[in-house]
Amino acid sequence: MTMKVKNNSKKVIYHVLVITLGFFMIYPVLWMISGSFKDNSEILRGSLSLIPKELKPENYSTGWKGFAGISFATFFLNSFFITAIATLGTVISSSLVAYAFARVKFKGKKLWFTCMLATMMLPGQVIMIPSFLIWYKLGLSDSYVPLILPHFCGQAFFIYQMMQFMKGIPRELDEAATIDGCSKYTIYTNIILPLLKPSLVTTVIIQFYWKWDDYMGPLLYLSKPESYTASLAIKMFADSASKTDYGAMFAMSALSLIPVFLIFLVFNRYLVEGIGTSGLKG
Amino acid sequence: MSEKTERTSGFSKFINNNNTVGYIFAFPFIFGFICFSLIPIVTSFYYSFTDYSMGSKSVTYVGFKNFIQLFSDDVFIKSLGVTLKYVLLSVPLKLAFALLVAYVLTRKSGMVTLYRSLYYVPSLVGGSVAVALVWKQLFARKGLINVVLADMGLKTVNWFGDQKLALYPLILMTVWQFGSSMIIFAAGLKEIPTTYYEAARIDGANGRQTFTNITLPCLSPIILYNLVMQTIQAFMSFTQAFVITQGGPNNGTLLYALNVYNQAFKYNHMGYACAMSWFMLVIMSLITLIIFKSSKFWVFQEGGED
Repeated sequence: MTMKVKNNSKKVIYHVLVITLGFFMIYPVLWMISGSFKDNSEILRGSLSLIPKELKPENYSTGWKGFAGISFATFFLNSFFITAIATLGTVISSSLVAYAFARVKFKGKKLWFTCMLATMMLPGQVIMIPSFLIWYKLGLSDSYVPLILPHFCGQAFFIYQMMQFMKGIPRELDEAATIDGCSKYTIYTNIILPLLKPSLVTTVIIQFYWKWDDYMGPLLYLSKPESYTASLAIKMFADSASKTDYGAMFAMSALSLIPVFLIFLVFNRYLVEGIGTSGLKG
Repeated sequence: MSEKTERTSGFSKFINNNNTVGYIFAFPFIFGFICFSLIPIVTSFYYSFTDYSMGSKSVTYVGFKNFIQLFSDDVFIKSLGVTLKYVLLSVPLKLAFALLVAYVLTRKSGMVTLYRSLYYVPSLVGGSVAVALVWKQLFARKGLINVVLADMGLKTVNWFGDQKLALYPLILMTVWQFGSSMIIFAAGLKEIPTTYYEAARIDGANGRQTFTNITLPCLSPIILYNLVMQTIQAFMSFTQAFVITQGGPNNGTLLYALNVYNQAFKYNHMGYACAMSWFMLVIMSLITLIIFKSSKFWVFQEGGED
């Protein structure tokens, strides 16, 4: 009996501790959301409270107007456009390449596979400057092309993750399909691709996050305000006005996180399993 | 399609040849590797020995001048120190938190998935400009952190005004995003056979002994993986410093990547910036190598002992 009471109180303490710490973990995010409804002066006073003194939903309409006559509708559309196409490109190209490395024996495979592993470890900053200069010389440095095109060439992380997943698909399926008259191409479309679905979903989610949050790429390649992405626009918004409207800035920041949270809520299970099994950074 | 027609058609034979199939499927990667990795790397290497700047007509070969200049460049040396401090403090702390929370959250309870999601939220949004701007406001002079300090009767701190202190809010922000390492650890913890723990309990081991003698050794390969990946990532950290402090005050938060960015795109010293990136590549490879070499002594290989 006493044992049970002791166990129960231990359980309660455990849950209270975990929830309290968890609350501190997400406090900055909650604070931003509440800040998006607060008056400027209340934010600047550093108020701890998550409940605004006076509700100011007009932060959202002020923020939405954007700057230089361009509204956030444009910035969000730009972000969606870049993110959607880049993600599509990553999924298609990475699955193709993963299939080649995991299921086809061809000359030079080892060399190319080593190259792929090397690009995984290569810090992006080493190639940042020359890539920019090359795009600049091609006259494409102020466009979406440098932000999108490389994604159609497979991303090493995702190729590797899909290869790991393909290892789990029995080769007997390929052999049976070959006997039934399938070529290597139809094995990819009819057998591997449908079975690869969980891995494809993980790729979509993680690539979406990376691209949506990406700041350095747009910072380097987009100079016209009308082609800015949301993350770039929020930063500019914070800088541009002589007196920053924090309420409006937080309102737009909160909006920019909505797609991320929505996807997280819907695909939570895929994401946690995907990161867990492949060791990807999320 | 009968086997006979397939054999007779030369094109069909060619297209279904393993080498053809392999290169068709691998083509996106090979093309991308050559265009977006190999050519830029070679170009970068070439530029690092020149005084190249954008818009200039002539490029002069300057030998090792850029690399020699690095060591007499006070800003560079300071930035290197700041980056090392940032990496050495943020990575171990981040991994310690990730492991601790993952361990605490292994209990069988229906709430664990929810809790894990809760702790993962910072990693989810932490890389965004939005959160960086929040962080800037939290640690502002009259920001929330100082209000709390004042309420507790402590002295308020001018976080981003003092070059000795400004790095700590950035480190804290990095540690705060321990979620993805936590999930990788959690997956690893699930793989440890429960029989190990049962045996330990029968032998009368307490919680701490179980943790140090079973959990840590079994998890060591995953610790190694997380350590390498997080170290590389920390060296490349850019957005936080760029958005929150712009490297200031007095270059106290000038992380390496930010310094490279400034040299290249603010001052247009492309050649010098390329040399800096190559120097970083060398340092990072060295550190990764050291970690891998040292892993012999602390990463437990299954079946290696006993």
